[in-house]
Amino acid sequence: MFSELTLVAARDGLRRKQFSARELTGAFLGAIEALNPRLNAFITVTPELALEHAAAADAALARGEQGNLTGIPLAIKDLFCTAGVRTTAGSRILEHFVPPYESTVSANLLRDGAVFLGKANLDEFAMGSSNMTSAFGAVTNPWTRQGDNAPLVPGGSSGGSAAAVAARLALGATATDTGGSIRQPASFCGIAGMKPTYGRCSRWGIVAFASSLDQAGPVARTVEDCAILLTSMAGHDPKDSTSADRPVPDFAAACRRGVKGLRIGVPREYRSEGMPPEIEALWQQGLGWLREQGAEIVDVSLPHTKYGLATYYIVAPAEASSNLARYDGVRFTSREDGADLTELYEKTRAAGFGAEVKRRIMIGTYVLSAGYYDAYYLRAQKVRALILKDFTDVFRGVDALVTPTAPSAAFAQGERMDDPIKMYLNDVFTVPANMSGIPGLSVPAGLDAQGLPLGLQVLGRPFDEETVFAVGAALERAAGFAALPSMRAEV
Amino acid sequence: MATYTIEGATGSWEVVIGLEVHAQVISRSKLFSGAATDFGAEPNTQVSFVDAAFPGMLPVINRECVAQAVRTGLGLRAHINLVSRFDRKNYFYADLPAGYQISQYQHPIVGAGTIEIELADGSTKQIGVTRLHLEQDAGKSLHDQHPSKTFIDLNRAGVALMEIVSEPDLRSPEEAGAYLRKLRTILRYLGTCDGNMEEGSMRADVNVSVRKHGEPFRTRCEVKNVNSIRFVMQAIEAEAKRQIAVWEEGGTVDQETRLFDPGRGETRSMRSKEDAHDYRYFPDPDLLPLVLDEAWVAELQRGLPELPDEKRARLMREYGLPAYDSGVLVAEQAIADFYETLARGRDAKLAANWMMGDFFAALNRTGKTIETSPVSAAALGQLIDLISDNTINGRIAKEVFEAMVETGEEPGVIVERKGLRQVIDTGAIDAAVDAVLAANPDKLAEFKAGKEKLFGFFVGQVMKAMAGKGNPALVNEALKRKLA
Amino acid sequence: MSLDPATVRRIAKLARIRVDETQLGQLQTELSGILSWIEQLNEVDVEGVEPLAGGAQGAQAMALKMREDIVTDGGIPEQVLANAPDRIGNFYAVPKVVE
Ligand SMILES: [Mg+2]
Ligand SMILES: [Zn+2]
Repeated sequence: MFSELTLVAARDGLRRKQFSARELTGAFLGAIEALNPRLNAFITVTPELALEHAAAADAALARGEQGNLTGIPLAIKDLFCTAGVRTTAGSRILEHFVPPYESTVSANLLRDGAVFLGKANLDEFAMGSSNMTSAFGAVTNPWTRQGDNAPLVPGGSSGGSAAAVAARLALGATATDTGGSIRQPASFCGIAGMKPTYGRCSRWGIVAFASSLDQAGPVARTVEDCAILLTSMAGHDPKDSTSADRPVPDFAAACRRGVKGLRIGVPREYRSEGMPPEIEALWQQGLGWLREQGAEIVDVSLPHTKYGLATYYIVAPAEASSNLARYDGVRFTSREDGADLTELYEKTRAAGFGAEVKRRIMIGTYVLSAGYYDAYYLRAQKVRALILKDFTDVFRGVDALVTPTAPSAAFAQGERMDDPIKMYLNDVFTVPANMSGIPGLSVPAGLDAQGLPLGLQVLGRPFDEETVFAVGAALERAAGFAALPSMRAEV
Repeated sequence: MATYTIEGATGSWEVVIGLEVHAQVISRSKLFSGAATDFGAEPNTQVSFVDAAFPGMLPVINRECVAQAVRTGLGLRAHINLVSRFDRKNYFYADLPAGYQISQYQHPIVGAGTIEIELADGSTKQIGVTRLHLEQDAGKSLHDQHPSKTFIDLNRAGVALMEIVSEPDLRSPEEAGAYLRKLRTILRYLGTCDGNMEEGSMRADVNVSVRKHGEPFRTRCEVKNVNSIRFVMQAIEAEAKRQIAVWEEGGTVDQETRLFDPGRGETRSMRSKEDAHDYRYFPDPDLLPLVLDEAWVAELQRGLPELPDEKRARLMREYGLPAYDSGVLVAEQAIADFYETLARGRDAKLAANWMMGDFFAALNRTGKTIETSPVSAAALGQLIDLISDNTINGRIAKEVFEAMVETGEEPGVIVERKGLRQVIDTGAIDAAVDAVLAANPDKLAEFKAGKEKLFGFFVGQVMKAMAGKGNPALVNEALKRKLA
Repeated sequence: MSLDPATVRRIAKLARIRVDETQLGQLQTELSGILSWIEQLNEVDVEGVEPLAGGAQGAQAMALKMREDIVTDGGIPEQVLANAPDRIGNFYAVPKVVE
């Protein structure tokens, strides 16, 4: 059955001609048709385009010219501009925007033969940890609590991507991570998600949220699937001045390295008060698995990590307030008429942006404004330097760090909506990697008492994704995570 | 040097002026995108998605624009900052697509330098340059195309500008004019900006304040986007007089942005800028610090042309020209090149006189420039040669020159065709002298009686009889001999 | 940090987001809450610390690459104007601006 396939297995099946790319794509399109009305994981589905891509893949396979991803059906987070396909960023203001260009990352995937099923839902402009802020409706997590059908959030902002993969509506998906937006939804949906080092994937053609933090990466069912996707997504791009000019290693090979002899750090500051005991227990279990496989576990300290979240909520809104100024009703957004230009701007942006986006733009505007820059933004940049220094110091002694991905399992839609800060706390474990630019991977490792998935996070040195994949794959092997979400395609 | 002051009811006022010049960098493509920079293209045809700030677009810096800024900095004898940075200046405006301008606020590429200006009385003055930074130009708003709408053309959006900021060292409209002319000359020599103010490739913001002698600075106003040197000078005077009136009536001058209306000869407050003064600068996270290689800067330094101040000194030294002549001849590189081609191997002062006299007058009269001149340096040189080797005399040379301007022909051709060679045949000259003396017996008698002034009269008559072609020296000699 | 209504109005104006008077109170509460929470950073000793501007300057310390001065883009007015909400001829159009 197609629904049971991992990306690796599907790739093997295609290469062995056990099924065609058109059959595979057709199955996933059918699954989307059946389940998307309930999950709302896709904002836009592109069946014709998908079948076109699949036909091209079959032709390539017939010629024996398969690339890394030939015929593999993927969901593309609706933050990646796709040529000729509407790209909304989850916002009303881009409701009708059709980019005439393809983002570098999605172009790289097409180059390697991938099939695009459609555009995955997300928090508006990637601002959120629940997918509740999308102008196109909330995404429902395919998992539910045991004995309770209350719809849960898939996490965010890449909630549509994670939900689509978890419910078997795609073999993998692109995602982006500014403060945890790949790893936290992966954890909530019981799948793997990798945020590579800042600069590993080009940001060109991805709708910007916070430029110094945004980084694209994959979500998929397994660590190896993520590794294969990242191999295609990554690479130097001269169109992005922050893109790293480094060769892309064979990440999939790194998954098979094992952890024998590696030193794994456990940052004591992550052991926060009020952490659910199941998460603490899973963390200890994960460390035990690594120890059993020959790794050495080392206690380490990241003294400034607790300031990561507050730093993030200065830096990210500041950059966002500037990045989102271009959505002004003049060139490519929807417009609300005004008597003069200022009124046009104010009404267009008031109607086009949702509440969370407006809040963040206003916070960002405030912290950059005259008289407050030094107290907020400049101070945040200095704390950011200290957070990076913590990691630099620690990585002199250890090869990777292992922590929980998120402080809780998926919560119900509508929960934690009363106070923005409660929502922000979801990202407490993931944000430091964005502040410092280091790679981070979330691996599904177990279930909580209510039967919801929990992830463990692996953090590594800059541009050492290989070690991160090696540790993540070791955790994955030991965890043997086989639980299935209640809502999933069976095609 | 005379001090410029404005007399008010309460005494005389000094004017303090600083200039911010936006100079459009000469480059093929824009500062952060690959779109073209040509002037006058069809609307929105030189616009990339980066320039229009489409979602997901990112800036990539143009090496040549950086090189041009460094060259300019070196030309201003300024400090080159090997590490500089780009910031975002945030404000909303219809022709600013991203809602921010990428500029260099805290860490400009070029630091302090100087410009020497020359004033009409022959004195010179050093004007401090505070800094030069690179930034993006905005697009163009057209307000007069539609009754209720403004049209936006983004062709200019993203073109590289150098903002060159002076110290408040200027004290008169004349000094401001001299500063702008000198800066323009330097930029043109360097080939970093064409200095064309009509096309907007050089624009000036003028900071003006007034004070009583010996006072500290008072509040200044910025007069934005003045687009000719003449208007800059007028705007300074108008703004200074306005401020003096405000102070003398017991009011205070508010720091604000103003516009100069050349038609009315006055400045007025700019409405659209009223609430826009919180630019929320921060480092552009899409760009890394700009780090210059010292060896590259040295290479750019070696590639610099001779600059106007050096050239002026050299013309004085090598050609023995007076300071004034040298100053005029170095105003444009093409003029200086023309002069040096002309003067090489010839009488340097004669060459300078010809250029600054008949030649410039002809260019003025015909509306031509040095580049489109109908008379080349080689042709003008041939004319001077014809004078020097006595083929023609100076008076005939002026006639030949006018014919050259009209027809573009070489002087030798004109002289032969019109038979303008000067007569050096002493027999012919003697005959002409004899004829003149014979025709004027009364004048001859007066001369012999001691009225020696009449010698000039005889010279004129002989030249007239020879249709102007007589060699003046030989005519003189013949007359002296015959009258002795 | 508690923001007064005038400050909230000023920020909204700077950000060009229209805020109704009825929304002002809630926004004021939310923004003040976030800013107060952020103030935990005041306890960090940042004396002598060089600010870190971006991911690419920390983890990897890259230098800014420069591109060659070649015309590689533009000449696509139709694509540039295709998504415009108000286009007249080959211009973007906005309500008349008075300078
Ligand atoms: Mg200025
Ligand atoms: Zn400027």
